[in-house]
Parts: sequence; structure tokens; C-alpha cells
Amino acid sequence: MRSRLLGTWLPLLFFAVFLLFPFYWMVLTAVRPNQELVSTATNPFLVHHPTLDHVRYLLTGTGFPRWFWNTMGIAAGASVLSVSVSWLAAYGIVRVGFPGANGAGLAIYLGYLVPPAILFIPLADVLLKLGWFDRPAALVPVYATFLIPFCTWLLMGYLKSIPREIEEAAMVDGAGRLRVMLGIVLPLSGPGLISAFIFAFTLSWNEYLYALVFMSAPEHKTVPVGLATELVRGDIYQWGPLMAGAVLGCIPVVMIYFLFVDRYVQGMSGALKG
Amino acid sequence: MAAGRLSLAMGRRTWFGPALVVPAAALLGLLLAYPLGLGVWLGFQDAKIGAPGTFIGVENYQYLLDDPVFRLTAINTALYTIVTVVLKLALGLGLALVLNQRFAGVRFWRSVLLLPYVVPTVLSAFAWWWIFDPQFSFISWALVKLGLLRHNIDFLGDSWLARGSLMVANIWRGTPFFTIGYLAGLQSIPTDVYEAAQIDGARAFRVFREITWPLLTPLTVILTTVSAIFTFTDFQLVWTITRGGPANATHLFVTLAYQRGIVGGSMGEGAAIAGVTLPALAVLAYAAMRAIRERS
Repeated sequence: MRSRLLGTWLPLLFFAVFLLFPFYWMVLTAVRPNQELVSTATNPFLVHHPTLDHVRYLLTGTGFPRWFWNTMGIAAGASVLSVSVSWLAAYGIVRVGFPGANGAGLAIYLGYLVPPAILFIPLADVLLKLGWFDRPAALVPVYATFLIPFCTWLLMGYLKSIPREIEEAAMVDGAGRLRVMLGIVLPLSGPGLISAFIFAFTLSWNEYLYALVFMSAPEHKTVPVGLATELVRGDIYQWGPLMAGAVLGCIPVVMIYFLFVDRYVQGMSGALKG
Repeated sequence: MAAGRLSLAMGRRTWFGPALVVPAAALLGLLLAYPLGLGVWLGFQDAKIGAPGTFIGVENYQYLLDDPVFRLTAINTALYTIVTVVLKLALGLGLALVLNQRFAGVRFWRSVLLLPYVVPTVLSAFAWWWIFDPQFSFISWALVKLGLLRHNIDFLGDSWLARGSLMVANIWRGTPFFTIGYLAGLQSIPTDVYEAAQIDGARAFRVFREITWPLLTPLTVILTTVSAIFTFTDFQLVWTITRGGPANATHLFVTLAYQRGIVGGSMGEGAAIAGVTLPALAVLAYAAMRAIRERS
């Protein structure tokens, strides 16, 4: 019994407090009225008169709804684009095969190890030259660059698990390459495609640096950028709306995560395994 | 006839396979590989935003080497990466060992405790920023109420406190990454390995040290290198919480590159700062690739 306490419950309590407290703090601040936020006399861990004022202000007095739909559209577009081209590439590398296919797979994975943080300055130059600056749609192909390596690797792993005999049997029956690929392997890839899409969507929703650098008009911003640049005023009254925005901005990602939690964890560890 | 068709289809492999890779390769080529090369090239130019630069050799780098802010940034980045990666590994592995046991509600805890890694970093960084508020931090409030402190802690106003605060936020976000990886690794260790040890009467700590940890080593290499790459190039947490302040004391390479290259408009200098990270990133990426290839 003692070892259960020391080996399980105490460490769990520590991790639960450390890892979950900021979420509690976020939600609490989002519903605390300003008088309570500025008062040092009241207990900061509780809310005495919960209010939806901050949420109301966020939804009606700021660009938040616009940022929300921008992010949604960009994340959806980038995910569809990335999952599509990644599936094609993975199929070409794993199932069709060609001299240098393994090298191509590794080269694409190498892209995953190039952090956006070292690309944003030259990319700004490229986007300026292409005339894509301050255009939300430009973020779709830009986000694809960090999504494709991950998705391709994940789908390569998934395609390897589909038995080759299914394809061969179909080809012996006279089905062409394209029909085998699109009519047989594509439907069988469903679960892999869903995993890839979940990852792509949450990663796009999380992106900050590219959107911060490449978008400038308030109505073109994404949720993280809009909150960080339009709502931060440097006074105590910013915290309610800011935390309300953080909570609402987390919701889509958290919902998807909880709906597909097993797949998320599997995909994550699968992509690390290669 | 059927066999003929099969070999006909096989014969097309020469162009069919590469053709399928073309869309992905084109996107990565234009928006990843090309900017990567362009960034290195920009680092040798005096380019400003919107104005083409001329080649100035290693002048940007010379200037940076003499710049105390840049030197401090290099030390900050190394310290930030080493301290947080080590602690993330330790805590992440610890949490994985806890969650790998069987107890009531383990599935719930497994999914909920990974949340810091799932939610958008900037949004959780807002919460940390607020937690570290000089006036209204609950930490100060509690310590003052308990009579342990007289004044609030100025978390983000003091260089070392600010560095420590950023590290805590980074560890908070990155710990679940190691947990996810290690949970999968622990589950792939066959149980008979442990049963044999149990028959020998080995104690839990010895089992961990002599069986579990060695078996996890390849995974440890992958997790550490990938985490190091993204910690080394962190931007979001630092820019949101301190903007590199107070007085440039908490800059990392990427926040400094952003401040000089984009905010200040000196693209060439910013690109040079980002370029400094490339050798270290190349070494880490090589180590990660090797470990991944060995494992698969």
C-alpha cells in the first residue's frame, strides 16, 4: 500500500498540479470580473462572482471571431493540401518504389527537423517576391512545408502495414496502377489519413511565427497572433479578454484531441519510430 | 496475359513513383529548401526589408561576435536548451513510468496530462505570463499571505528570475512530449523480460537501471535530439512572455533574429543570427536521423 502511494499517487498528484494548474488559471481568469482581478484582498484561487463579460467583449468588441475563422480556414486548407500530397508521396515511395526511394523518404523527413524558426526571414523575402505577403491564403502552402514531412512519414508507416498481396491480386485481375492506387489502397488508408489530418490540423492551429511575420492587417490574423498583437495593452484589464481568448482558442484543438486521443498518441509515437 | 499486364505496370515504375513525389517535393523545394539556402546567402548580405542587399562577406558575423547582446543570447540559448531538455527528459520519463502502471483512471490521466503539449503554445504562454505577473502573481500572493515574503516577486523584471520562469514554462510544455514517446517505448518492452527479473527477485530500481533504461536508449536519443532542436530554436514562449527582456537578458537566437531581422528590418543580420544555429542543428539532425534509422 505504501509503495502504491509513493510510486503512483504522490507523483501523479505532483504532475497533475504542475501540468493542469495553468489551465485552471486560464479558465478562472476568463470568468473573473475585473474588480476581483485587481483586488489583492480576495483569494485569487477562487471566483466569487463569475462573469461572461470578457467572453462577450471578445466576441463582439474584438476581431476574435474573424481570427477564429481565419485560423479554421487556413488549418483546414493546409491540412487537406498536406495530407493529399503526403499520401501521394508516401505511396510513391513505399508502394511503387524507385531507385532512391529510401533516400527521398529520408530527405522528406529531414524537412521535419528544419524548424520554421530558421526559415522565417528568407521566407519573408520569398513571399514578398511572390506578392503573397499579408494574404491569409499564402499560409496554406507555407504551413504545408512543416506538415508534409510529418504526414509523409506517418503515412509511409501506415502504407507499409497494408499487405502488398491485395494490390498484386487486383493487378493480376487486370486493374491498372491508378485504379489499384485510388480504388483499393486509398480507401484502405482511411485510418492513416485521419491520423495525419488530426496532426496537420492541430499543428496548423498552433502555428505562430509565420502568421506573426507574414500577416499584418488585423482582419488577416490568426487566433494566437490576433490575441498577442491586438489584445495585449499592457494593463491589468487585458487579462480577462486575453484568457477568454486563450480558452476559446484552445477549444477546437482540445476537442479534436479528446475525440481521437488514442490515434493521436499512436501517430505521435509511430512517427518517432519511423 | 495477366502476368504481362503486371509486368507492364511494373515497367512504368521508372516514372510513376517519382511522379507521385513531385507535388510534395515541389512545395518543400520552393518553400523550405530554397529559403534555407537563401537564408544562408542573406546572412552574408546587408539586406533590409524591401531593399536588396549587397554581398558583405562575414561582416554580419564579425559584428555579432563583438556584440555583447549576441554573446549573451548564445549563452542563454545553450543554458535554456541544456537545462530544460534534461529536466523534460527526467520529468517526462517519470510521468511515463507512473502512467505505465495499472490503476483506476489511468486512461483518463494519460490523455489529460498530455494537454500542455497539445494546446497552442502561445495561448498557454499567456497563462504563464499572467502567472508571472509582478503585481498579481498567485505565487507572490500565497507566499506573502503565508508570511514567507514581504514583497511580490518580480519574476520577469530580474534577469535570472526571468530565465528561470521561461524555463519552467518550457518544461511544462515539453514534458508530455517525452511522456508520449516513453509510454510507447515502455509498452513495446516484452513483459517476459520483467517476469524473468522478478523471478530473480530484482528490486524495482535495479530492474529499471539494468533492463528498462538500456532498452530505451535508442528512443532516448531520438527524443532528446528532436526536443533539443525545437528547444534550441524556441520563439513562441520567450517572445510572448518576456520579448527577450528585461534589457535583452532572455533572448534566444530566434527571438533576437526576429527582433533585428523583422522588427528592426535588418534582414541580413537577422538571417546571420538564424544561420548561427545551423551547424548545431545539422549535428542534432544527423544524430536524430541515425537513431531513427537504427531503430526502424
